[in-house]
Amino acid sequence: MPIDPFELQPLPHGTAPHDSILPAHDEDLATAALDGRAGFLQSMARVFAENKLAVASLVVLIVIVLLCFVGPFIYTTNQTDANDALLNSIQNSPPSWSHPFGTDDSGFDVLGRIMYGGQIALIVGFLSAMVATIIGVAYGALSGFFGGWFDALAMRFVDIGLSIPVLFLLIALVAIYRPTVPILIFVIAAVSWLVPARLIRAETLSLRTREYVQAVRTFGGSRRRIIGRHIVPNSVGTIVVFATFDVADSILLLAALGFLGLGVPAPQTDWGTMLSNGVNYASSGYWWEIYPVGVAIVLVVVALNYIGDALRDALEVRLQRN
Amino acid sequence: MLGYIVRRTLQAIVVILGVTLIVFLLGQLIPGGQARAALGPKATSIQITHFTHLNGFDQPLWVQYWHYIVNMLNGDFGYSYKNNQGVGRLIVERLPKTFTLVGASTLLALVIAIPLGMAQAIRRNTPFDYAMTAASFILYAMPAFLMGELLILLFSFTLHWLPSAPPTDASAWAVFTDPVAFILPVASLAALTVASFSRYMRSSVLDTVAEDYIRTARAKGAGSRRILWAHAMRNALLPIITLIGLSLPAIVGGALIIEDVFNYPGMGLLTVQAANNDDIPLILGTTLVATIATVLGSLLADVLYAVADPRIRLGGD
Repeated sequence: MPIDPFELQPLPHGTAPHDSILPAHDEDLATAALDGRAGFLQSMARVFAENKLAVASLVVLIVIVLLCFVGPFIYTTNQTDANDALLNSIQNSPPSWSHPFGTDDSGFDVLGRIMYGGQIALIVGFLSAMVATIIGVAYGALSGFFGGWFDALAMRFVDIGLSIPVLFLLIALVAIYRPTVPILIFVIAAVSWLVPARLIRAETLSLRTREYVQAVRTFGGSRRRIIGRHIVPNSVGTIVVFATFDVADSILLLAALGFLGLGVPAPQTDWGTMLSNGVNYASSGYWWEIYPVGVAIVLVVVALNYIGDALRDALEVRLQRN
Repeated sequence: MLGYIVRRTLQAIVVILGVTLIVFLLGQLIPGGQARAALGPKATSIQITHFTHLNGFDQPLWVQYWHYIVNMLNGDFGYSYKNNQGVGRLIVERLPKTFTLVGASTLLALVIAIPLGMAQAIRRNTPFDYAMTAASFILYAMPAFLMGELLILLFSFTLHWLPSAPPTDASAWAVFTDPVAFILPVASLAALTVASFSRYMRSSVLDTVAEDYIRTARAKGAGSRRILWAHAMRNALLPIITLIGLSLPAIVGGALIIEDVFNYPGMGLLTVQAANNDDIPLILGTTLVATIATVLGSLLADVLYAVADPRIRLGGD
């Protein structure tokens, strides 16, 4: 019979597990860990900086984020009042000095609209990746840590979830709950937490048999302490790399929903909705309603993928894309 | 091998049962309940109560789930109140179309990706390899809808070579009667899978070349041409079968978008139309059928792999 390293062993003299048994020692360990971490962060930054493509991607990403969130304060355009747009500007006008990327079929300025829709794309992409990662990490760590039938059942559920084509599940959820920004964040997270759950579970399985984790166990460290202080922090590389890729995937999923007419409701907009709208006029040659927003989507997604690749090398994570 | 196939089939059955449970529970999540969703906001509470009782929505969940499973086994996948038709009938009309699209594009992707990946592995770290790697990264990041629209813009609107409209013939046989209409949808969907298939093929060949039996073949004096074709390629090709199985959910998802782009009347377009029409029973039905088809496709891929690979076929497991 295999020995479970986490099987509760009766402690001698009937003492309760107590974290403060090793205060001085713990502090030493903490200082050592901090020193090690500083060195680790430096070497990580060095590996990352050597990757020119990743550094360029980071610059592109920062520029796009600034464009979307700071840009509207400098380049002010009306993006909400449809009546005003129809009255005071020209519809479908090609790029000019007053409208660098032209206007769309409602008379909205396309450059301003890319900023406005980009805010939604970036916020939804970032937050849903965060929610998915948090749920996935908690689920995977618990499943791997407890093992046995609990793990078997938990992982079977993940298998079942992963067998449903993501877009079908996403459309079903959006149709049931109606697309608003908060709902979209949770719905996209609801279809993307399965992969990190599986990754972290595998990591936990290998970490829980490591000697230092067993040592904490022997010293009477609680399960919460082992998971919270040792297993999750040691998986941080995998978590960060997954989360980076997942921001890109979430932005793509939101764009796909928008393209299918299931994006954020008007007067808000997102990049997918803009593209879907512009496509109706593609045959008329109004290229400015498609290409700028298409380039924006691809740039952000490619940049995030390159950054994720470089982080994977820098953090020495063995995580295969797909 | 028989043991493996039986075990894998049982696994697929468990997954399918789990998916039916998830889809059933999704139906329970509708805010306001299924009766309200079917009858609309103007229905009176008496109508709602009557409808709820009539359809058994007031019974315990496990009884409802049991009826759901029994109905499904009898081919009843629910009722689309918006279309006034059974969900099963609506899906049966569309399913062959999606099969054609997914099958043809996967075949096309393989025909392009396998030689491409091999060539990249043989000429690795040459400008050709780098160019193809860069191209596949771009394809990889390209959203399906953008790919479809760009191809339409180029080949239909600019060059006027190919139609952007879907085949007019409603049956799947249109692939033979009206093949030109299939070129753009099939090519768009294939372009998305070529990237991952060729990357996989490239690393699969490189992995195989590093194996011991290749060294043995070389030591026996086999020429590099013979080593490549007789030893390396056969072994490098096998994992592609598994890759197809694993990629199926993504390909079926991509097909949904491509169907919407080209107005191609398959399961995906049916789902999108249902979503824009608040037809939740229909969405749940297409989701379930698409998933079951995907799971069965992956099962088929695994069985084929077991048959094709002597290490599993003769493993006695």
